[in-house]
Amino acid sequence: MSATTKAVTLPGSLAANPLLAQWLRFEPGGAVEVSPGKVEIGQGILTVLTQIVVDELDVAPARVRLKAASTAASPNEGVTSGSLSVQHCGIALRHACAEARALFLTAAADKLGVAADALTIEDGIIVGPDNARTSYWELTDQVSLDVPATGEVMPKPTSTRRHTGNSLARVDIPDKVFGRPRYIHDLKLPQMLHGRVLRPQARAASLVALDEEAARASPGFAAIVRDGNFVGVLAETEEAVERCLALLRSRAEWRGGEELPDEATLTDWLKSQPVESKTVDSRRAPSAGSPASRVNRRYSRPFLAHGSIAPSCALAQWANGGVHVWTHSQGIYNLRTDLATVFKLPPEEVVVEHAEGAGCYGHNGADDVALDAALLARAADGRPVRVQWTREDELARAPFGAAMAVEIEAELDEEGEVLRWRHELWSNGHTARPGRGSTPALLAASELAEPFPRVVSTDPPLPAGGSHRNAIPIYDFPAQDIVSHRLLVMPVRVSALRSLGAFANVFAIESFMDELAAERGEDPVAFRLRHLRDPRARAVLEAAAARAGRDSRRRDEGTGYGVALARYKNMGAYCAVAAEVEGEEDIHVRRLVLAVDVGEVINPDGVKNQIEGGAIQATSWTLKEAVRFDRTRITSDNWENYPILKFSEVPAVEVEIVPRPEAPPVGAGEAAQGPVAGAIANAVFDALGVRVRHLPITRDNIIAAMELS
Amino acid sequence: MAERFELRINGTEQAVEADPASPLLGVLRETLGLTGSRFGCGAGLCGACFVLLDGHPVPSCDTPLWAAVGKEVTTVEGLGTPENPHPLQQAFIDEQAMQCGYCVSGILISAAALLEHNADPSEADVREALDRNLCRCGSHNRMVRAVLRAARETRPA
Repeated sequence: MSATTKAVTLPGSLAANPLLAQWLRFEPGGAVEVSPGKVEIGQGILTVLTQIVVDELDVAPARVRLKAASTAASPNEGVTSGSLSVQHCGIALRHACAEARALFLTAAADKLGVAADALTIEDGIIVGPDNARTSYWELTDQVSLDVPATGEVMPKPTSTRRHTGNSLARVDIPDKVFGRPRYIHDLKLPQMLHGRVLRPQARAASLVALDEEAARASPGFAAIVRDGNFVGVLAETEEAVERCLALLRSRAEWRGGEELPDEATLTDWLKSQPVESKTVDSRRAPSAGSPASRVNRRYSRPFLAHGSIAPSCALAQWANGGVHVWTHSQGIYNLRTDLATVFKLPPEEVVVEHAEGAGCYGHNGADDVALDAALLARAADGRPVRVQWTREDELARAPFGAAMAVEIEAELDEEGEVLRWRHELWSNGHTARPGRGSTPALLAASELAEPFPRVVSTDPPLPAGGSHRNAIPIYDFPAQDIVSHRLLVMPVRVSALRSLGAFANVFAIESFMDELAAERGEDPVAFRLRHLRDPRARAVLEAAAARAGRDSRRRDEGTGYGVALARYKNMGAYCAVAAEVEGEEDIHVRRLVLAVDVGEVINPDGVKNQIEGGAIQATSWTLKEAVRFDRTRITSDNWENYPILKFSEVPAVEVEIVPRPEAPPVGAGEAAQGPVAGAIANAVFDALGVRVRHLPITRDNIIAAMELS
Repeated sequence: MAERFELRINGTEQAVEADPASPLLGVLRETLGLTGSRFGCGAGLCGACFVLLDGHPVPSCDTPLWAAVGKEVTTVEGLGTPENPHPLQQAFIDEQAMQCGYCVSGILISAAALLEHNADPSEADVREALDRNLCRCGSHNRMVRAVLRAARETRPA
């Protein structure tokens, strides 16, 4: 027999970062230092990782210290995005801890002179027969974790995990309720200067004149940085720098800039631009019947803002030709790549360290402001510089979620059954994140005297996809064609917004399914179930419908009920939504019932929190939100002209988790968005008999839809 | 021009030297190191910077320093401590009532003002009282539950 070496594929991020010591260390004093490459963005990941570690190692949660992610020390886990932190980081940590535990048990067996399988671990104390004991910490000299994972140690079986499946309280919440310094905005370094960047209203405008005199004479002024169309100012205090910025703003003259599309005809504009077209899925029926009729509908969503409550912020400090950056970016290594490109430095001369920010919901200004800080800090003589964006820049200059147009056509037989389904979409790509190409994606890079070209967003490939995320329906049709048209021009800057294309695609698919069911006079749940083979999809739809009490509901005048369903990325979490709305012109969502299947649940309350939050944010997108612009500039640059859902407008939200403890865990953060939009639109149709196909479902768009029908 | 002011913040007299037109938020965060009040918009439209001025929630980003002189200023740090938490702070922990938490300081302030004059608010009262505070993560319902819980647990039985 010939000797074969079986290549072991290590799970999650362990594959790219196989050394156990990259993930965990036992520290003197009885602590476990854990070094995740994924970062906290309000989703509670630090708590979930803590649960995984304490279960695998059998230590108390209080022993776990989570280290801030840094390119100087942490495993490279790419970007904290796509609802993948549990799959990438959680699974890697679970296996790394299982392997570490096994190494320590072997060493303990040696030391105590017993068999390893006779040992148990109680809060890090390793106990054998006759009360023989040692601990992780006593054995750190005997056990080196500077070894690669073997992939040969199985983690504990699900049933023996103590914390997984329970709702451990979030580790970050106490700091937040007592107002203790926690966010990057609260970081204060010795000798720190404050910086602000002056940006034009029109994108890519040129600075033709700037009178610096008044700013230079202002108290606390430190320096002005000009590099092409990039202009920043430094001062000793935040108040002083705000004053300098205002003085510069009123004395700056900008010219030109990129023309924006006509907001009133946005979907036509999307359909008339140069595109890259792809058929992303195509299925032919074995025997094609001839269609008796065709139904064709167009749906759309506008550009959406991330709208973080905190403006983006970063700190930077230069020393010995290199730069140290503090950031709330979702991808520290990717940001490092772009910073190194801009400054023409080897990557190791750039250290990027994570500090917590507010929720970002995708690629917002976090990365841009890091380059701003590094550029300004070059003029600070080695002093650290803190830069914070203005609210206006956050709402108007950060990347948006892309506007989309979706057309679905169904060929039907005499009975109104679907013979063929065609889904076609027009959109910018949904990703222009840093670190993905040779051109930096950071805003200031295109403003410098030697500018880098501006990046046009692209799409990650399927199955996850970008603009075509969830464009392939979950339903079984005899034949289908799915076509995406990615725009090759990008006058409005876009990048990843929570759920990418899934929001618009699922809204369109679920609205269209409802239209087909209504045409047939069939119950929308029954119609969906007839086209669903996947038992997990059926289970969430049935659970949501049952919990919403659809059949027993009282039909008041002006109220409506709607359902929708999707499996995120067609390979992640299943989510079904039942929505109840009321109103005639201004729609109020009274109640959302969501049933979800996320596989193994590490922290049930964490899952519910993510689903509730996603549902409420999606309600806001669906009812209220659209980036506004004229032909020269983004006009929705404050909370008055970019309104989001208020406390009094928020629906009651109920979440039911359909348990699947044996299925692999998947993220919950983006599962609800698309189905919520579909369910609300379907409920609006039920209430008013009006099909609103263009988001948001505002009074104006309802009236426009009424006029159309 | 900078002037010297006596401010009463969280029950303590504090002397600060600043321009009377300076926003109160900057003085709290930068001069006094009370970073619990957050900067969100600078225009009084999001509520992240709310403090109590003689018991009324006001946006400290939009309140000049002179307007706080002679009044009692309460920030989130003044509501309670880990050892002696305000019932609202405890209820927000018990209900796990946040995601990113950036808006929470301002929301605690609005809720504290509500409970001060209405010990038994309805859910609609709570929502109305929090309508000037924005939350982007969608944690609204948990926060409303937490405020109702704090009200319930502080009322004499």
